[in-house]
Amino acid sequence: MAENVQHAIAQKKDEPAGANEWEPKIIGFLCNWCSYAGADLCGVSRYQYPTNVRAVRVMCSTRISPHIVLELFTAGADGILVGGCHLNDCHYITGNFYTEKRLRLMKKLLEDAGIEPQRLRLEWVSASEGEKFSKIVTEFTEQVKKLGPSKVKKDAALKTRASAADGASQTFRLRALVGKELGLEKTGNVYGQKLDQTELEKLIDAATKDEFERSLILELSKQKARSVKELGQIMDVPTDKVLRHIVVLRQKNMIAMEHPDGLTPTYKAIEIGGEQ
Amino acid sequence: MADTIKVDPKDKPRIGVFVCHCGTNIGGFVDVKSVAEYAKTLPDVIYATDNLYTCAEDGLVSIREGIRKHNLNRIIVASCTPRTHAPLFQATCESAGLNKYLFTFVNIREHCSWVHMKEREKGTTKARDLIRMGVARARLLIPQEEQRVDVEPSGVVIGGGVAGMTAALSLADMGFPVHLVEREAELGGFVKNLNNLYVTEKSATDTIKPLIEKTKAHKNVKLHLGSQMKSVEGFIGNYEIVIGAKGAEDIKAKVGTIIVATGALEYVPEGLYGYNQYPNVVTLTEFEILCKKKALPKMKNVAIIQCAGSRGQVKTYCSRVCCNVAIKNAINIVDNYDNMLGLAEQLGTVIEKVPVEQKVPEEIIERRRRRRGRERGEEGEADEVKLGPSEKIEVTVFNRDIMAYGVEHELTYNKAREKRVKFVRYTTDHLPRVYMEGNQLTVGYFHETLKLERTMPVDMVILSTPLVAQPDAGDLSQMLKVPLGQEGFFLEAHVKLRPVDFATDGIFVCGTCRGPADITEAVTQASAAASRAAIPMAKGYVQAEALTSVVDENKCSGCGTCIQVCPYGALRKSEKGLAEVIVAACKGCGCCGATCPEGAITMTNYTDAQLLAEAKAALQEEV
Repeated sequence: MAENVQHAIAQKKDEPAGANEWEPKIIGFLCNWCSYAGADLCGVSRYQYPTNVRAVRVMCSTRISPHIVLELFTAGADGILVGGCHLNDCHYITGNFYTEKRLRLMKKLLEDAGIEPQRLRLEWVSASEGEKFSKIVTEFTEQVKKLGPSKVKKDAALKTRASAADGASQTFRLRALVGKELGLEKTGNVYGQKLDQTELEKLIDAATKDEFERSLILELSKQKARSVKELGQIMDVPTDKVLRHIVVLRQKNMIAMEHPDGLTPTYKAIEIGGEQ
Repeated sequence: MADTIKVDPKDKPRIGVFVCHCGTNIGGFVDVKSVAEYAKTLPDVIYATDNLYTCAEDGLVSIREGIRKHNLNRIIVASCTPRTHAPLFQATCESAGLNKYLFTFVNIREHCSWVHMKEREKGTTKARDLIRMGVARARLLIPQEEQRVDVEPSGVVIGGGVAGMTAALSLADMGFPVHLVEREAELGGFVKNLNNLYVTEKSATDTIKPLIEKTKAHKNVKLHLGSQMKSVEGFIGNYEIVIGAKGAEDIKAKVGTIIVATGALEYVPEGLYGYNQYPNVVTLTEFEILCKKKALPKMKNVAIIQCAGSRGQVKTYCSRVCCNVAIKNAINIVDNYDNMLGLAEQLGTVIEKVPVEQKVPEEIIERRRRRRGRERGEEGEADEVKLGPSEKIEVTVFNRDIMAYGVEHELTYNKAREKRVKFVRYTTDHLPRVYMEGNQLTVGYFHETLKLERTMPVDMVILSTPLVAQPDAGDLSQMLKVPLGQEGFFLEAHVKLRPVDFATDGIFVCGTCRGPADITEAVTQASAAASRAAIPMAKGYVQAEALTSVVDENKCSGCGTCIQVCPYGALRKSEKGLAEVIVAACKGCGCCGATCPEGAITMTNYTDAQLLAEAKAALQEEV
């Protein structure tokens, strides 16, 4: 009895502190036809959940490009929830299959950038799964709380890496690869060869890493002209690999070489007129 | 209707925010007044107020007056869900002359007050955040014009079965010219092979004869027998179709709508219950053909096995029609066996019809030969020949459960019971077995009541196998860009609310190609599909919601990735070799926008900038 009372008092004491406790900011992209409707039903059924998710309605989860998600993480979002219809139930027939592929790329880029991929979550919620929606939001909010506030705002180096991931997500190569991924698996390439999913994923992952590193070189050399050695040290990438990336970026006219001291060449990103 | 307010995208936004109490639904859990006050502090918000019910007449009046008095050019309502109330508020904006695409809905009921009922403070903070997000979005909205697309007042119906003919005739009667494409040489589809039909117990041929004659004679129906669809290009109102027949020149036509009525096939129960292994094990349709040709063998015992290959055995679904067909057949055998009996000579041809003659063991062929001889009176017991009267025939229906649904079918079921048709239940743990006991075709089964293994010598086994999708339905599905479900049947737009529409506008579906159905249902669906197809054709145009993709030609490199990912065929290559949106076909899902490697495609009303502004506003600390 006495213990219970003490416990209750202890809890009470915690409350004011609890009120000022950090609350994560979570964006929820919900598709109009299933997950948004599921969230509506959740409300109608009065299932309660934490107040952290701010929903943005989109017609289909397939609308969410990697760029949108990565820019929001760069801007300091603590978590992002993407909600779509169950596979094969998409209002737009195949939309969510593409969402699935894109989410994989986003997570890979988050990992490369050093942001916990667990901050991004994809869930299928049908219009009839009100209770499921409340469970997902509760669980995801807990998960994000455990991860703590996004470090992007306080850590400039991490922010640079996040921007680089965002940049990589907008490159022709990655967008084209992920856009064609499903088609290559299901209907095959122009020669009618169907590609194996694991092989294709390996290929995409390698391309993702390359594009991320190139994008990071651009981000870093936007700040100031840097030498290959310096870039390699900051990025923790072998200098020969950095140089290879720089060769590609120079071919694309995205980076320029400078000789400030007449000895070590340094590189600076060309901000306008870059052709991808 | 007020004069249209001209809003230039460059004009400074003048936003009005209307926060709804929804009685106590929102007001009881969120401090609505403070939220409305907060809205006034947000950029470009000229006017903000709270209403007890924004959707009530006085609430709507306050929106109209707000637009007039304060020259508002963006309206935000913060209340319930856009899924139910957006059309009402959009219409209100339009009635005040404001383009409906300048309206933003913020959901603070389903997504806030109702789910945070015990957290007034945090809930109120969230409501403020949601409105801040809405304002950020509203500032970037621009007026949109909805495009009108003309609809060609003619259609094509694919499939000349009962559903296809009914749909074609309905459209033809309404005055629309219709192409009816049937790949076989004659009309009638699946039904033309059947003997008699349930409920009426009338001949199938006689039943559909008037339908066939009317279809052939109708001046608005252009028949294409022995023909198939070769290609379909275009979108609602403007389909260019090519119909091809063997050895004939392709026929090109322009149609406004398409109805798919390609029907189904019967499942061939290869490897089930001795089919193709023993003689006189036939499917439902094979049995119907025997009846129709008056070619039944001499029989004393007939077993009908239900759910052969359906409901989890091979196919997952229930084929819906077989219970009632089995009951009808059982009655038919008992009543009309004598009339359908083949001559002894015909018996031979009957058994040869079972397509496995070569697999039938020699002893059975021998037995068959002897039996034939017996029937000719050359040998054999006299009493068997005397057994003639039909009541001597025993029909047993092995079933998992009989689904004689609805008004008439239960009565028919009772009638069968009165005629002493036996219904024996089996479970999936104890499936009946069909085998040869010496020369005797036998059904072994587990008697669920007696809990005993029993055997029954039979002369014929009829397998009620499910209707299955046409094996080449996938080709048509790709040609039309409409989906198939898991079992290969065509998939409607919404299982309850849009059962004969495809998600793609202008294409409709009816009959057994969308799942097992009987004639009554096929006719109902066909009439429904025809009347749905008639809507845009009678109207003469469709209005495309201004929620579509837009291609920036300066950025597009013509790589064609968007064309591959679009589920509606709403993108094509223009003459310049660049991507071009077919506005009438586009549904605005945004897949192409998120895919375009050049970032050249955006969605009206859902631009990257709008989505990012809305989401980023959530990340802001309160101002």
